[in-house]
Amino acid sequence: MTIEIKTTSIEPLRHTFDNVARRLGADKPASRYLEAMFDLQPDVNFHYRPLWDPDHELYDTDRTAINMEDWYAFRDPRQFYYGTWTITRSKQQEVAERNYAFVEKKNLLDLVDDAAKQKAEAVLVPFRHAEYAANLNNMYICAYGYGTAITQAASFYAIDRLGVAQYLSRIGLMLDGNTSESLDNGKQAWLENDAWQPLRQLTEDLLVTKDWFELYVAQNFALDGLAHPLLYERIDGALQKSAGSTISMLTEFMNEWYGESSRWVDSTLKTAAGESDANKAQLEQWARHWIDRAAKALTPVAAEVFGSDAQGVIAELREELTTRAKKKAGLDL
Amino acid sequence: MAANKRLSLREKYQKFTRDLAWEPTYQKKSDIFPQTEFEGIHIHDWDKWEDPFRLTVDAYWKYQAEKERKLYSIIDAFSQNNGQLNVTDARYVNALKLFLTGVSPLEYAAHRGFAMAGRQFGGVGPQVSCQMQSIDELRHSQTQIHTISQYNKFFNGFHDWRHMHDRVWYLSVPKSFFDDAMSAGPFEFLTAISFSFEYVLTNLLFMPFMSGAAYNGDMATVTFGFSAQSDESRHMTLGLEVIKFMLEQDERNVPIIQKWIDKWFWRGYRLLSLVSMMMDYMLPKRVMSWKEAWEMYFEENGGALFEDLSRYGIRMPKYWDVSVKEKHRLSHEVWSIFYNYDHAAAFHSWLPDESEMEWLSAKYPDTFDKYYRPRFEYWRSLQQNGERWYNNTLPMLCQTCQIPMAFTEPDDPTQICYRSSEYNGDRYHFCSDGCKDIFDDEPEKYVQAWLPVHQIYQGNCGGASVPEVLEWYHLVDDQDNKEYLESPDRANWLRWKGLSDAEADREVKAAVNE
Amino acid sequence: MANNNVFIALQNNEEARPIIEAIEQDNSEARVEYAPAMVKIDAPGRLVVRRETVEGLIGRDWDPQELHINLISLSGNVDEDDDEIVLRRGN
Repeated sequence: MTIEIKTTSIEPLRHTFDNVARRLGADKPASRYLEAMFDLQPDVNFHYRPLWDPDHELYDTDRTAINMEDWYAFRDPRQFYYGTWTITRSKQQEVAERNYAFVEKKNLLDLVDDAAKQKAEAVLVPFRHAEYAANLNNMYICAYGYGTAITQAASFYAIDRLGVAQYLSRIGLMLDGNTSESLDNGKQAWLENDAWQPLRQLTEDLLVTKDWFELYVAQNFALDGLAHPLLYERIDGALQKSAGSTISMLTEFMNEWYGESSRWVDSTLKTAAGESDANKAQLEQWARHWIDRAAKALTPVAAEVFGSDAQGVIAELREELTTRAKKKAGLDL
Repeated sequence: MAANKRLSLREKYQKFTRDLAWEPTYQKKSDIFPQTEFEGIHIHDWDKWEDPFRLTVDAYWKYQAEKERKLYSIIDAFSQNNGQLNVTDARYVNALKLFLTGVSPLEYAAHRGFAMAGRQFGGVGPQVSCQMQSIDELRHSQTQIHTISQYNKFFNGFHDWRHMHDRVWYLSVPKSFFDDAMSAGPFEFLTAISFSFEYVLTNLLFMPFMSGAAYNGDMATVTFGFSAQSDESRHMTLGLEVIKFMLEQDERNVPIIQKWIDKWFWRGYRLLSLVSMMMDYMLPKRVMSWKEAWEMYFEENGGALFEDLSRYGIRMPKYWDVSVKEKHRLSHEVWSIFYNYDHAAAFHSWLPDESEMEWLSAKYPDTFDKYYRPRFEYWRSLQQNGERWYNNTLPMLCQTCQIPMAFTEPDDPTQICYRSSEYNGDRYHFCSDGCKDIFDDEPEKYVQAWLPVHQIYQGNCGGASVPEVLEWYHLVDDQDNKEYLESPDRANWLRWKGLSDAEADREVKAAVNE
Repeated sequence: MANNNVFIALQNNEEARPIIEAIEQDNSEARVEYAPAMVKIDAPGRLVVRRETVEGLIGRDWDPQELHINLISLSGNVDEDDDEIVLRRGN
């Protein structure tokens, strides 16, 4: 016997996963960002304490002084999951590639005066080591942080830093005609020149900072918040006077990337600060301490380009960062 | 005007990775990398690390984005066209439930584990390789969730995968496997996951699920599988590279690594028993038998690999011969466990029909008819009498692998294999010599395990009754669990496909006989 | 005598077609096997994917690293430079 069944409409049984529906307050279609972010990290019933940290569980909220009712209150305003992050970066990478090819093909660097090239090399190339440290620091945050919301974004940020370090290396090779002399000089400056020691010391101190949220504030807000505007706005602007837009073309990736990432950093701090007075006070204390360190460390670097004006430039950048902290991150510094 | 000679790929890569690091002077290197000594592995020269795939970050972004674009356009097409209706049979979807609840969380764990390794290794070469694997693994977990999201909308058992992975009894098997690896140090983690899992055993996880998907009309999962495969080839080379690197750095590393290879072969093998049952019992259209897969991918491929490694003083993993003996039995014993406990599982089970039992007979000529067909026929008679068997006692779990103790003596399939050890006045139980040896080597670790059955008995799982435990699992009774033939999944399937009962069965038979 | 087979498996799609053809051209002992959606190419001891050959077939610049987009699996020791990717096993 056959049963005749008319065309059936296919109605879904549910619109999303239950954990997503719980968080959204209703079973409705959810974005890819939310489905692949909420609750990806386990939070209970671990089997074994880590041999490398027997005082904590594998994933443990106690690895930071910051307290959250819900670690998924954090959002990345860019809504990056792996797919959207790589696709965004690949578009930016394509533009960068064309810029680099253009500068090379037209030999634009030959038209830049030696003084400007020397300054560019002296500041940008050693900085690649600081970016490498930032890569390790953000991997630390991904490894030992809590909740996929922050940790996945930190892993993307870590790879971004390695990418920037590689772009800075490429700029060096373009400046030294592919001899890699600039890279060797840059490393030596990083290791030995007075101008770079406070910054190198700062990066080494960050590499042993244990509280991952403190590290987040120190690296991603305090240090980056001063260093990136210094390099890609102020110094770039100063170089433009003699280099035209040639150097800017080579650092455009960093400029755009910094503006975009800052939105994530600010949003993260704002959520944490808004959670409790205790969080806010702790974040402010960390921010003040590490901005101090960063400002002191970056002043001699700024002096390579601005000479005696360096302190003034750094003071202005501090001012801007303090304003940003208040307006965007909910912190009173 | 300088002639712009392009740096070779190798030179460029060195300048762009290795050269970024420096010898710290303001802080001690051992404080920056505090985990490199405690496992007893000696590394003298990190620069000897060779990364065969010298991907700079910009190249990574470019090629991975290309893959993502293609993958997501297929996932979109799949969902727009209700691609889930094209699978051979709704029984197949239960393999995906096992995958999302059991495997996808491990991809996430790998993401975090490789982030840890990518921070803790003292050399830039392995740091970068591990970091790229970390984001690759995030990619896998997220693309799996996105792919399977469509199935969640139309089938039961997918809805709370993370919640279940952390609580449901059979899912502590994969969870504890990865917890074990992550709680170890970075060198053991890489030996466990990069080498043992991603190199030696990878084809026994990936191929069954992905080929199973291809054979059963699941275009979305196949596409995910192909898309992930090129990531896997990078991961495999990392696994091979790390093992050779450690073995070549210092002779003292050899016995430590051998011990890890022994441990992780066995733990990985036990974990894969879930895959054995998937291959032999859950795919309407079967790819190959577990026995065939084990012969091809472990006995042959693995054999060649260990022959290669013998020059370092490494031998085949301990108890590999047991795995060969067990290949005739594994899937049948494990499917029987799930048939027994399907009232507490978030996927359906069913009995193989006559044509499927013929296939099993042919693939397992020495064991199926003798040891396993009788029990299926017996259960069928109960089922036909309206007394479908569900086991109302809780099983004893192996302390190490956490699988219910249904495995049999290597040389006697009629005897359950029991082993035990005493530690600090308590007795612990194991399914095999392999699991016992793992415990005996690190008892302080394995006594900590969160064993689901113990936890239920201790009252930590919602209550003393099955309904209370199911609720605590977020497992909906008569919806997510129990016999496939009585499931809402099957009823929906018939409705959507416009099939009668008889037509549905005919479709299934055709799939097996092809 | 140990088995020194190397192989590469690629997706069987439009993009990979010229790569497969180039491999056949540059590796006289290669054996090509077609499976659903996949092509597997085996060779004894050595297999090379050469940029120049592929470029000749597609009419544009080609970076050997583009192989990553359609790669499914490979075996053997990998050696990579600007001009080719080589899989090798044995001496």
